[in-house]
Amino acid sequence: MHEPENRRPPAHTAWRWALIGVAVVGAAAAFGYVGGWLAPDRLTPKRIIDALQNNAGVYPGYRRNHPKGVCVMGRFESSGALSPYSAAQLFSPGTSTPVVGRLAIPGGNPYAGDSSAPIRSFALRFDMADGEQWRTGMNAMPVFPVTTAKSFYDLQVATHPDPATGKPDPQKAGAFFSAHPEAGPFLAWIKTAKPSASYTTETYRSLNAFYLRDKAGQKHAVRWQVVPEHPETGDGGPAAGDTDYLAADLAKRLGQGPVRWHLQMILATDGDPIDDATKIWPDDRQVVDAGTVVIDRMEAQANGPCRDVNYDPTILPQGIEVSNDPLLVARSAAYADSYRRRTTEEAHVPGTAQPKEKQ
Amino acid sequence: MNRADTFHPFARVLHWLMAIAILSMLFIGAGMVTSVESKHAWLLAIHRPLGMTIFVLALIRLGFRLAHPPPPLPADLPEWQKLAAHASHWLLYALMIAMPLIGWGMLSAGNYPVTLGAGLRLPPILPADGPLFGWLRDAHRYLAWLFFLTFLAHMGAALMHGLIRRDGVLQSMTGGKPPV
Repeated sequence: MHEPENRRPPAHTAWRWALIGVAVVGAAAAFGYVGGWLAPDRLTPKRIIDALQNNAGVYPGYRRNHPKGVCVMGRFESSGALSPYSAAQLFSPGTSTPVVGRLAIPGGNPYAGDSSAPIRSFALRFDMADGEQWRTGMNAMPVFPVTTAKSFYDLQVATHPDPATGKPDPQKAGAFFSAHPEAGPFLAWIKTAKPSASYTTETYRSLNAFYLRDKAGQKHAVRWQVVPEHPETGDGGPAAGDTDYLAADLAKRLGQGPVRWHLQMILATDGDPIDDATKIWPDDRQVVDAGTVVIDRMEAQANGPCRDVNYDPTILPQGIEVSNDPLLVARSAAYADSYRRRTTEEAHVPGTAQPKEKQ
Repeated sequence: MNRADTFHPFARVLHWLMAIAILSMLFIGAGMVTSVESKHAWLLAIHRPLGMTIFVLALIRLGFRLAHPPPPLPADLPEWQKLAAHASHWLLYALMIAMPLIGWGMLSAGNYPVTLGAGLRLPPILPADGPLFGWLRDAHRYLAWLFFLTFLAHMGAALMHGLIRRDGVLQSMTGGKPPV
């Protein structure tokens, strides 16, 4: 090292300090911008989850959307019919893949009545033999109301319950829907939709499109659905005033034996919208029956194997890929924030929301 | 120029390579958790393999550092600054190694497949455990902030050595000619 006495004192010391300051503050500002602190208008996963919480309240430890549900376990038995379209190992003929699933109702309140919405959801995680996973979150509805994350966020804001009535302000909701004609097919459907008396009689759809990739490297755009093998409606629906009939119905049915859905892949043809979950595909598209989802057990979610699963729809095995549908990335990003919140709450990380003391 | 005044060329190459990688990594991490558009997906796709690259480079660098002591700090550097220099360097080493391990462990605890892309997948290093995921996820976030703050201090100190003290410390890593 150089001896101090050999060094000349630097000229323009103030400017030199200023330069150092600019470098440090500039780097910090760039980080602050990228990290969103200096860009409060950016739509972030946090803002989406905050909007859901703002509508439904905070229920520590629970998912921020579809928090009421049950864990279901079973397997997927591949028919082999999909193996020409996807290289994923779970579609090879005769393959049986364990699944951990979750049947749930929408909304943000884990204590909501089962009839609070005419929609049910089915999430599945396929645990493949080689350690790969496929996760999917499906809904029993034909289309999604909106195309983008921004519209989804705006929809949450527009349907925020009025504190006076506990219901969304019809004017705000109306204004949202007139500004979003893409919600037309969803609105037309939900007008006549009725809450089903059973989880097991519903057809659950991916809504978003994906690509299958076959062994030759060819891509095939698809949406998928699980269709109940026995779509009968059963014994006429729940008793009046019963708000928790879905889990009871499922327990009763599983007591009689496994419940089955067929996993159907719907292949797009040229021109079908791949990036827009608000659009219905025509009925005449080729359908491939990939196999059977067999559910033979259920467990309450409080300590069940589905509790700590984030059903992020972008977790896919080789042979299935995301499409350009903007909702897919947004779901992945927002689910990750919901998962972070509820697992840190479960862990009692200081500063996280905690359940109120039991009465 | 006295070569004992500078870091070994291999250490300098590793330093600057990792400086770019780590700074990119911090920005990628901050950007991916605050975006919901397609960039969220591609930032995430870079974050994991880049993190593992940094982990491997950090182990190589730590080994090399232990075998090749760095040039000494100037004798006239105030004691507290020497202490701060040593403490921040070891903190940076600890974070370079801990952050990828926490990320890997966190994905394992979340029972996520630890995919690096191109069909490459790492085995889990922790059992699936939601609350453990929660702890590690928050640790990953707060240590990333600490990492960035330590980087700012490191960069500020390096510039102070180069522009104010002009004592050859900055040049020991840039390989440039120290001022006389």
